Parts: sequence; C-alpha cells; structure tokens
Amino acid sequence: MKLIRTIAVAGLLLAAGFAVPRLCATEIPQAERRSGYTFMSPDTKAIQDDDTANPGMLWVLDGEALWKRKTGTADKACADCHEDARASMKGLAARYPAYDKTLGRPVNLEQRINLCRAQHQQATPLPYESRDLLALTAFVAQQSRGMPITAGADPQLEPFVAKGRDTFMRRQGQLNLGCTNCHNDNWDKHLAGSAVTQALPTGYPLYRLEWQSLGSLQRRLRNCMTGMRTQIYDYGAPELVELELYLMSRAHDMPIETPAVRP
Amino acid sequence: MASALINVPKKAKRGDIIEIKTLMSHIMETGYRRTATGELVPRDIITSFSCRYNGVEVFRADLFPAIAANPFITFFTVATESGKFDFEWIGDQGFTETASAAISVE
Ligand code: HEC
Ligand code: HEC
Repeated sequence: MKLIRTIAVAGLLLAAGFAVPRLCATEIPQAERRSGYTFMSPDTKAIQDDDTANPGMLWVLDGEALWKRKTGTADKACADCHEDARASMKGLAARYPAYDKTLGRPVNLEQRINLCRAQHQQATPLPYESRDLLALTAFVAQQSRGMPITAGADPQLEPFVAKGRDTFMRRQGQLNLGCTNCHNDNWDKHLAGSAVTQALPTGYPLYRLEWQSLGSLQRRLRNCMTGMRTQIYDYGAPELVELELYLMSRAHDMPIETPAVRP
Repeated sequence: MASALINVPKKAKRGDIIEIKTLMSHIMETGYRRTATGELVPRDIITSFSCRYNGVEVFRADLFPAIAANPFITFFTVATESGKFDFEWIGDQGFTETASAAISVE
C-alpha cells in the first residue's frame, strides 16, 4: 500500500513536470541494464543470496512437494510425465512467456502450468496468486536460476512483443504516465525511499518484503498500474502477458534469479 | 508442506562459536487488521520459539504482532559436543512446529 501511495504522489509530481528532464522515451543501452537486485541494500541482498534466509525458498520447497503429488481425475503428478524437474525444467523459465500453438498466442509460466493441470491432470486450474500456483511456478523457475533470459526470441512472438512494448511506452491513466517515464527515463532516481529501477523481471515469482509473501510478475505490474491510476488488467489478461513478454525480451541475456527478493 | 528452513553447520570444532539460522513459514496476522467489511481478522502469530542442544535449552524468544511474516531468527551458540538441535515454534490457534538438525563436534 505504501508504494502505491508513493507512486501516486510521485506520479503527480512527474505529471506536473517537476522531475521530468526529457519527455521522449529513451531506451536503456544493453550495457547499462541492471537487475533490481543491484539497487538493493546489502541487508536485502544477503537475504536473497542465502537459500536458508530467503523466504522464497519456502515456496520452492512446497512446489517440489506438489511436483510429486498425484492429483486430478487423471491421478497423475507432474513428475509422472516430466520426471526430474532439474533436467526437464532446466532453462524453461528463461524462455517464458512462450508461444502456444493451440491458443495462437503467448502464455506465461503460470498459464502453462494450469494448461497441464487442466489437460493432463484433469484438475481444476489453480487460481492466480494462490500458494500452490506460486509454489509450482517458483519451483519450475528456480531450475533456470543463473541461466540467460531468451524469451521473445521466437519470431512468432514478434507482434506480441510489439504490443507489450506499446503498453510500456504509452502514456495512460489519470496521471498521464507511461511505464517508460519511470523505468527508462528515471530509473536512477528514487520515489520517496524506493529506487525506481529498470523494471527488468529477472527474479519472478519473487518474495517482496512489502507483500510479506511471494508474488508473480503480474502482481507487480498491477501494483505499478494502480500507482499510475490506469486501467488494471485482470490476472491472465492477454495485455499483461504481452507486457511480461516485452519486459522479459528487454532483459535478454540477463540471468534468472528466481526466487529473488525485493523490498 | 515445507515449513522450516534450518541452517546449522554440519561440523564444528569444540569451543567454536557457531551461527544458527531458522526461517519458519507463518503469516503472522497481527490481529489489528480489518476485512473490507470491517470485521477484525483474528490474530494468528507465533508466540514463542526455542532451541534445545542435546536437550538443554540454549535459546528462547517470545514473538509479538509487530514481527513480519515468515520469521527469520538467527543466534549464536558454542559447539560443545556432537548431537542434535531441536527447534520448536508455538503460536496462536494451536500452531506447533518442530524441526531438528545434527552437528558433529571434533
Ligand atoms: C499426463 C502427462 C503430464 C502431466 C501430469 C503434466 N504435464 Fe506438463 N506437459 C505434458 C506435455 C505432453 C507437454 C507438452 C505440451 C502439451 O502437449 O501440452 C507438457 C508441457 C509442459 C510445460 C511446457 C514445456 C515447454 O517446453 O514449454 C510445462 C512448464 C509443464 N508441462 C509443467 C507441468 C507441471 C508443473 C505439471 C504438474 C502441475 C505438469 N506439467 C503435469 C504432459 C504432462
Ligand atoms: C511513477 C513511477 C512508476 C511508473 C509509472 C511505473 N513504475 Fe514500475 N516501479 C516503480 C517503482 C518505484 C518500483 C520499485 C519498487 C520497490 O521495489 O520498492 C517499480 C518496480 C517495477 C518492477 C519490478 C522490478 C524488479 O526488480 O522486480 C517492474 C517489473 C515494473 N515496475 C514494471 C512497470 C510497468 C510495466 C509499468 C507500466 C505499466 C510501471 N512499472 C510503471 C515505479 C513506477
């Protein structure tokens, strides 16, 4: 809640032209990209760096248990088909959201897991932000830790990356702000106490100290949208998946940190 | 479901000061928050944590509503002999969890 208020106040300042050195959106050069991690205090970095201090690991361990648990009418566990996640899921999160042929559009990791629940386990899809879905997603994504992000490279995804980029660049909402005005133009500044950062989604799902919980990238995006007082898309909306895809393509080659920790 | 993450050195020399780290999964609901309809959300916190080293208590803490979710408690003790650390968390609404970790001391 604190951040939302902060964004709204700072947004008003930005909109009023107090702190906007340039209005045209400039993209961040490859060599200057920095993970949100690099903006954190040494104390918060220490939490992420130590797997016995990082609360995100609680979800990863839950996810590992769920991976092996039989469920649904098919009475099958993820492990029955995908066996050892350390091998079968390695590098996978680095290329998500990925193009789904049947749907003809990109799906994110949460949606892909729910497709398997529905089609292969014949179980009901897990709700967004539920503990079980976050746990499975964190467990799958953790298998890609340290691996370079490649999402968006598939040529079939081009139009969707472009749509996500448009949402990022477009001024919107009551404050008439674009994501770019904070995350490209003012990433080296602060909004009250918070570093603005470059919005590179290297560590999702991640443990946010403010949430006191693990949360998805979509939760983070909806937070920023609340702050911008713009239309907040529903969890799973194509617009949010396209935005995720664009953000991941912007983080091309940066290592996955899941489960990361952020303030 | 996974509830605790414990970090105790597997080995130590007799007399070494060792750091013990524990992380317990818990929502730590303060009891002060209300729902959208104004109903008080009942308090649900861990109230006490203790650690025994071969049966002898070496650390204890009381916890209160201002402590964040998933409490991370670290402390130091002296490695005196090989054996076992037993951890216990007790809280509201009948919450109890235990965990243990072995150490070998040379
Ligand atoms: C009955 C077998 C079966 C079960 C059970 C199953 N899956 Fe799948 N999964 C598949 C198949 C087959 C595919 C390939 C795509 C397709 O045909 O749906 C797949 C694809 C995937 C993918 C995408 C792989 C890629 O290369 O992009 C992920 C991630 C995944 N499954 C995760 C899970 C998780 C997590 C669970 C447990 C909740 C699970 N699956 C349960 C059969 C299964
Ligand atoms: C008024 C400025 C502002 C605007 C506009 C804004 N954000 Fe943010 N955003 C922030 C701040 C501040 C943070 C960091 C908060 C923290 O971690 O304490 C943040 C964090 C993020 C993160 C998390 C990065 C990480 O390291 O995990 C992402 C992703 C993100 N924003 C995306 C967006 C998108 C997409 C939009 C447009 C829909 C947007 N933001 C609009 C201020 C803004």
